[in-house]
Amino acid sequence: MTSAEKYVLAAYLVFLGAVLAYLVIIALKVGRLEQELADLARLARERRGG
Amino acid sequence: MSTYAVDVATLARKDVLLELRSRDTLPAMLLFVVSALVVFHFALPADASDRAEIGLFWIALIFTALLGLTRAFAAEREQSLLDGLVLAPVDRSAIWAAKVISVVVFLALAEAVAVPAYALFFQPVGWELVAAVALADVGIASIGALLAAMAAASRSRELLLPLLFLPLAIPAVIGGVGASVAENPASFLGFLVLYDVVFAILAWASFEYVVTE
Amino acid sequence: MSSLNKAAPALAFAAAALLVGGIALAIFWAPEDVDQGFSQKIFYIHVPVALTAYTFFGLGAWKALRLLSTRDSRYDLESYTAVHMGVIFGLLTLVTGSIWAKTSWGQWWSWGERQLVLFLVVFLFYSAYFMLRYSTDPGPRRERNSAVFALFGVALIPVSFLAVRIAGTILHPTVFTHDDGVAMPWEMFLAFCICLGGVLALAATFYRVELAGKRIDASLKELREQLA
Repeated sequence: MTSAEKYVLAAYLVFLGAVLAYLVIIALKVGRLEQELADLARLARERRGG
Repeated sequence: MSTYAVDVATLARKDVLLELRSRDTLPAMLLFVVSALVVFHFALPADASDRAEIGLFWIALIFTALLGLTRAFAAEREQSLLDGLVLAPVDRSAIWAAKVISVVVFLALAEAVAVPAYALFFQPVGWELVAAVALADVGIASIGALLAAMAAASRSRELLLPLLFLPLAIPAVIGGVGASVAENPASFLGFLVLYDVVFAILAWASFEYVVTE
Repeated sequence: MSSLNKAAPALAFAAAALLVGGIALAIFWAPEDVDQGFSQKIFYIHVPVALTAYTFFGLGAWKALRLLSTRDSRYDLESYTAVHMGVIFGLLTLVTGSIWAKTSWGQWWSWGERQLVLFLVVFLFYSAYFMLRYSTDPGPRRERNSAVFALFGVALIPVSFLAVRIAGTILHPTVFTHDDGVAMPWEMFLAFCICLGGVLALAATFYRVELAGKRIDASLKELREQLA
């Protein structure tokens, strides 16, 4: 692989890496929101005296 | 329209007099800029070009301006004057205009010392540098007055203001240094005028949104 | 008022198709640049990402303007998300641009490369936007300050462009440009457009997802305050 090809590949890999990293961040965020929602649902139930 | 001008003049007078009486910011700015110039001399290797020295002058100017701006709304903050001013039957943008005038006055006073000091320590200055400094002052004051009000609403004012200010100051530095070193300073001076007009209008129009509670 | 309405899956699908197709065309089909050789192919990802970043900054400013004129808090999150995405794509622009610079002129960074220098200034400005948000307590004050700052950003873009342009050789030794101007063969242009469409569709998908996340976060916070 020529040097130019390596750099081009690197640039596209950076892009791919960023997209995948964002995916990971979103996954973590959804997990956190899910947890928070579950907590709040429990709180609401307790409040209702359930 | 005339009451607007009167309001601006009154507020500006208040700012300048308050500052001159308290002897707070201005001496600090003067000492800072001279100290900075001395530090710059030691920071430059012996064979540094004349152009590098010009660049350092502008850096000193920017940071001296920051020093003055950090104090721009400090007094108001300490005494909740800004809230009072905002409640007063005064067009909010007049507060901004007055602040710009007072900042320009302080910058001019600091430069009255800095430019001769620079000429003494480094190299003689031409009219282009003085013109560029005057033009840059207006833009810096316009932007700085608005950003200082913004930063006053935050928890870390002294840290925030430089961060917000420096990217916006970059075109002013480019214009100023360019005007000081180029063969044809006119295009750079013209650019500084554009910079001033664009950001002054923007700052004037948006100031009321920044100070309303 | 759902952020992730029916449009989102369609956008995501379009992004996938356009990106895969576009990049394949760019690498395998489009002709190689006569002057720069194979390394010019970075252009097909770098320029769309840069344009997307600028688009986000513009969108952020537009939403900011809406916030200031309508005082509707909804626009605050939209403006914030747009700037957030702009900074992410901005970082990508700088990295891909740096790689391109390295393969073109042998340095990771060159102050003579006008487009990248301009971008760095704008990027710094919008990074400061985050500092402004983090250090101001939530509320209408923060919303308005953020909005005004976002507006200053779009004013900074043309002013900086002009500044970097006139600075030219006065402040930097040589000016580098990648000459991908008007003389582009139609195959290149087509591949570029498809890639651009793909990146924009991807960005739009991310924007909606991020906005939904921020909105849910805000709603949950409010709920917690009411329950706790």
